[in-house]
Amino acid sequence: MLSNVSKTFLSNIRKCNYWNATIRQMSAEKPIENSIKNKMTTNLVPSYLDVMNESYMHNVPPESETHFKIVIVSEHFFNLPNLKRHQLIYNLLKDELQNGVHALSIVAKTSQEWDAMDKNIGPSPNCRGGFGK
Amino acid sequence: MNILTRSIFSKPTLIRRLFSAETNEKIKDLVTKSKVVLFMKGVPEQPRCGFSNAVVQILRMHGVKYDAYNVLENEALRQGIKDFSNWPTIPQLYINGEFVGGCDILLNMHQNGELIETLEKVGINSALKQNNEPSK
Repeated sequence: MLSNVSKTFLSNIRKCNYWNATIRQMSAEKPIENSIKNKMTTNLVPSYLDVMNESYMHNVPPESETHFKIVIVSEHFFNLPNLKRHQLIYNLLKDELQNGVHALSIVAKTSQEWDAMDKNIGPSPNCRGGFGK
Repeated sequence: MNILTRSIFSKPTLIRRLFSAETNEKIKDLVTKSKVVLFMKGVPEQPRCGFSNAVVQILRMHGVKYDAYNVLENEALRQGIKDFSNWPTIPQLYINGEFVGGCDILLNMHQNGELIETLEKVGINSALKQNNEPSK
């Protein structure tokens, strides 16, 4: 049977683990993902936004923020060809792209296009080992 | 590290600009040398990146002949093409000297038929178009 002291000790460890896990889930651990979300929201006022961290699909350490996919619906894309929509987003995310973001897959639609399309957006292709080499 | 070397290393854009003029000229030559030019990671027979592979597969389906340049073998080209196209990622496709886009855009053009039209405009018959015609 465990003494009271060791019981308290164990429960403290459990609390510690709980808080560590909670802190890990908090935004501070995803600075780039959050900054992408912020910039998209402020500049493009999207009616739909999904920022996916796809880094786990690649040859990078766990919890990396290197590969992202953005699905964004905004009226700012009206009358802009696809190329210009991508460039608009790339320009907004210049800092992120120069500081660690290595791949950025983009689906950029107006709400009219978004309503008309099937929303089945597959994952980006898997890595083939070229990263960092 | 003394102040001089530190200031040189802290200004990558300056260094880049010093040799980018030459690289730009070379890239201009590359993108106009063939009708279809692809800058990718790896080679078409063995792409080293899923996005590059996707573009290679699309071009293969359309039966397009193209020049491919492996940016992993040339760091100046890897950075140079990003600056040249104002596009931060690889792969990058050029048709008739004009920048078309990366993997997402090409996949889009493939799906909505735009790629067949774009190729046709520069005198390339897509294999997918020839397959479609008899059924029309």
